[in-house]
Amino acid sequence: MKQNFASFVKKESLHILRDTRTMLIVMLIPVVLMVLFGFAISTEVNNVNVAVVAPNRTDGIRDAVERLSQNEYFTFKGYITPDDIDPYLRSGKASAVVVFASDYERGVTQAATGVPTKPVIQLIVDASNVNTAGSSTAYLQSILLGAASQQAMFETRMLFNPQMRSAYNFVPGIMGLIFILVCAMMTSVSIVREKEVGTMEVLLVSPVRPVKIIFAKMIPYFAISCVVLVTILLLARYLLEVPMSGGVGGIFTISLLYLILSLSLGLLVSTIAQTQVVALLISAVVMMMPILMLSGMLFPIENLPKFFQVISNIVPARWYIDAVRKMMIQGLPIVAVWKNCAILLGMTIALLGVSLKKFNDKLE
Amino acid sequence: MGAIEVHNLSKSYGKVQALDSVSFSVERGELFGLIGPDGAGKTTLFRLLTTLLNPDSGSAEVDGCDTAKDYLAIRSRVGYMPGRFSLYPDLSVEENLQFFAALFGVTIEDSYDLIAPIYKQIEPFRTRRAGKLSGGMKQKLALSCALIHRPNVLFLDEPTTGVDAVSRSELWDMLSELKERGITILVSTPYMDEASRCDRIALCNEGRILKIDTPEGIVRGFDKQLYGISAKNMFALLEKARTADGVEDCYPFGEKHHLVAREEFDEAKFVAQLGDIEGLQIIRTAPTIEDMFIKLMKR
Repeated sequence: MKQNFASFVKKESLHILRDTRTMLIVMLIPVVLMVLFGFAISTEVNNVNVAVVAPNRTDGIRDAVERLSQNEYFTFKGYITPDDIDPYLRSGKASAVVVFASDYERGVTQAATGVPTKPVIQLIVDASNVNTAGSSTAYLQSILLGAASQQAMFETRMLFNPQMRSAYNFVPGIMGLIFILVCAMMTSVSIVREKEVGTMEVLLVSPVRPVKIIFAKMIPYFAISCVVLVTILLLARYLLEVPMSGGVGGIFTISLLYLILSLSLGLLVSTIAQTQVVALLISAVVMMMPILMLSGMLFPIENLPKFFQVISNIVPARWYIDAVRKMMIQGLPIVAVWKNCAILLGMTIALLGVSLKKFNDKLE
Repeated sequence: MGAIEVHNLSKSYGKVQALDSVSFSVERGELFGLIGPDGAGKTTLFRLLTTLLNPDSGSAEVDGCDTAKDYLAIRSRVGYMPGRFSLYPDLSVEENLQFFAALFGVTIEDSYDLIAPIYKQIEPFRTRRAGKLSGGMKQKLALSCALIHRPNVLFLDEPTTGVDAVSRSELWDMLSELKERGITILVSTPYMDEASRCDRIALCNEGRILKIDTPEGIVRGFDKQLYGISAKNMFALLEKARTADGVEDCYPFGEKHHLVAREEFDEAKFVAQLGDIEGLQIIRTAPTIEDMFIKLMKR
């Protein structure tokens, strides 16, 4: 009977290998997503156009503007008059305008000696893109404060991701997304295809228990997912330069657990769906939305309404992404995320149990 | 006891009654045909007998095993070929056969003598993908796969649908050969002309069995005189013939209309009654299974 299990795995692998287009997509999606999220899509502030209004161009102001234009995140667009502020922002020639008061120097001197003073710099920022506006305001403030007063008010240090690189944030998210896509979608579609084509009927009228055939189906997909996992980790390490200070072993272990969970999820979908289209829709829409919205991949879970915070607890990707983030970026060892591992393991067992129970060896 | 025993089997899908209290029995080594149009409940019956579905009521035994209680035992003893092509189109002929052999824990060599007469015909194409085979070759491959584990009972659901005339005839020859080897075969077909290749047939319609007999017995049961009539304007002929005296029934049948005559039917009177119809021809013909089917259906 061992030999016939091997031949089931072989048959399944042949299906996958002969469908070169799907193979290619599965292999390319992770690469494309990694490059896209790592480079193109970023929440970092880059190339913000800044104009300056300065009635008296004193040395202090010149110094501040010099710092500004030297900074790689800002592009200095020149000095403008107060009347130009509105047209500049509206036309997009500038996203932020720094207005120095005419008594800027005096205010700075007073502040330095501890005399309470009115603000001497006004920032006018185009907030139509909230993210950019927020980050550029904060960054402008820090640059200008540094210029304005020699006295340090705060010293902020960004730990783990000092440059605030968004790639660090996205890599664990992409991993959480991709494995669900590859494992859950592909396995569910391939099982449902047997139902749709009619081969399931023939398989059922045989002495082999369908469970065995199903497990044989999972093995090649598991192998593909492992290849994808290695690809992602290599890209993350060498292309996006994610530190992975927590050790690759831990990340690998929890990822394997997450792979098995995704496969079980696919199995569950296949017991519900009768056609490939439905299986595709369930795995793509029903599973992807929660991952994007409720897993902490795009938005911090703490920012969600209370109701969704509770729901997010049942999204496996939430626990996985959280754990990978901790291990990849904070450099924690796997024992530090034991709670996440335990939750994922529990979910896997529950999903496998339910889907095996639901999997029928008859047609209805 | 027969190879297949069916007792008052009923099955419905929601409001649709697919099978309505069907009973019959098939002897060991018999080639038994289920003849009926689409929607007669043939596929449902196959799925019940191959333990893919549970009946609403009634019971059935296949090869001595109850389809509800011993369904696992049945699954290793029967061969099943569903109505639509259910092999893997992306696997080659040989890979398909190997997979099904593995499914039943046998090797191709074990059963080669049994499948050889069929498999030899497609063996030259063994590296070709199953999806690229012609309709007839696909069915030969499917039949080889269904036979790979030497089943006692073979279930073939419409094996000749979508297959060319030559391959259809070949397929029936193969079934006769398999029957000779002692395999019980239950086969369904919507084609009445294939019924004569069976030992016995059951005419079914809308979930019921109308009649079970040998093909000859069924034809013999047609106790009325049958005429084939034709004319230039076939439609007008049909209209007029239906209202003529002594005509029990008249229906289109291939190129002609078949006319079922009552006792009092008189050919000369009939011609006179029809009046002026161009190119009228009327000849006595022997009834076929289809005539009987139409008669039973109308009753």
